Amino acid sequence: MGGIVFKGRDIISIRDFSGEELLYVLSIARRMEQRPQPALMKGRIMASMFFEPSTRTRLSFTAAMKRMGGDTIGFAKGEVTSTKKGETLWDTVKMIEAYSDVIVIRHSLEGAARLSAEAASIPVINAGDGTNQHPTQTMIDLYTIQKEIGKLDGITIGFLGDLKYGRTVHSLAIALSHFKAKMYFISPTALKMPEYYLDELEQKRVTFHETDDVLKALKHLDVLYVTRIQQERFADPLEYEKFKNVYKVGPDILNGAKKSLIVLHPLPRVGEIDPALDEFPNAAYFRQAANGIPVRQAVLSLVLGAVK
Amino acid sequence: MTTKQKNHKKPAKKASPRNWQAPTKPSSGVQNKEIRITAIKDGTVIDHVPAAKVFDVVEILNLKSHKDVVSIATNLDSKKIGKKGILKVAGRELTKKEVDEISVVAPQATINIIKDFKVKEKSKVEVPQQLTAVFRCSNPKCITNLQPIATSFSIIAKNPVKALCFYCERVMGAEEIQLR
Ligand SMILES: [Zn+2]
Repeated sequence: MGGIVFKGRDIISIRDFSGEELLYVLSIARRMEQRPQPALMKGRIMASMFFEPSTRTRLSFTAAMKRMGGDTIGFAKGEVTSTKKGETLWDTVKMIEAYSDVIVIRHSLEGAARLSAEAASIPVINAGDGTNQHPTQTMIDLYTIQKEIGKLDGITIGFLGDLKYGRTVHSLAIALSHFKAKMYFISPTALKMPEYYLDELEQKRVTFHETDDVLKALKHLDVLYVTRIQQERFADPLEYEKFKNVYKVGPDILNGAKKSLIVLHPLPRVGEIDPALDEFPNAAYFRQAANGIPVRQAVLSLVLGAVK
Repeated sequence: MTTKQKNHKKPAKKASPRNWQAPTKPSSGVQNKEIRITAIKDGTVIDHVPAAKVFDVVEILNLKSHKDVVSIATNLDSKKIGKKGILKVAGRELTKKEVDEISVVAPQATINIIKDFKVKEKSKVEVPQQLTAVFRCSNPKCITNLQPIATSFSIIAKNPVKALCFYCERVMGAEEIQLR
């Protein structure tokens, strides 16, 4: 594919990528999955800077790097002393870049990854900045949908749960706008998609519907994307209990759905999905989690110029 | 729009005799107040600034340290924008950057360049594509509010203004836009 260059590039926001570029990443991920490359990253070092705990994401990046023969250094929250003493993020990045070939950063402040990318001359990958972006998660979601359904173009997806704060939902909706996907946003009114995301989708001519009724949307869906509803988002604990039960996804939902429906969840789940659903082929969330390795391998090897 | 402004201004510039019968009508109150602002010989008049944003403009232009005459009137009635303010700054022309910044807090503002008591040039502000530094991001969890770095926004809509933060990607509406 001409014109697509990833070498040296930062992976900060899903907004930075065209539909064609996203498809390209997915094609490399498929190659990684089919033909593992145990020596591709030999002699390369990935630095992970996790200012906020996320064991799952950190292990996934580390495993992706090590399975390609690369090495990792870094820290996780609690081990950092200098930043507590007031060192700026800029200075921390400047130090780390001298030790490594690529930086993976997770931070609770929004925009921290973008700032790091400005400071660093080596590629920076955003592994989550507050409620803003987590682009490799979105690439994993896209990869899973493409692999499970066979395409991204024109699919119908329902997003269920906390759509107000759910960054995975926001990013995936923006990413799927490149592929003429139709969208249903299913949530209690208090947790609706933010207006500015809906404006953006409207501008991109995406067809979408908002509803608080899962069953109404269900029969149209190819994908049901479930997210965590966090208790701390509710002022009233009783409201939380109510929503939690109304939006619980179990085997019964399959009755009103297409036979081919897949259910995704960025994990970990906290009760939004009944474990009884796990044994059905429609439950794709564990396969989705496993896809994290080839997708992150693709991203790492692309920005380091190890694959073209 | 231009005709409205003319109607608005002509009586104000003209003789005061009419003025004292005016207070009965609220719209004439404008004329009354406008006339209290000193005319300037050379400089810039910034008109149609929303009353609430007048002091933002003072800050953008750093008028606190301006040595020449500055007259400010605010809470004047305006058909176009509700309550408006006018700033007259003697001995000063604005840079492109300053005009860009004013456009964000006062998208309807007009800039009049005054030479020898006459309006030499009149222009409407235009909201630019990019903004930096003077504005703060309204997202308290944005890195720009907690680390020593300059802000940067792209303007994604002009009427009303909507700005996208380069760092946290949050969209701010016109009412959320504040100076740093
Ligand atoms: Zn921001």
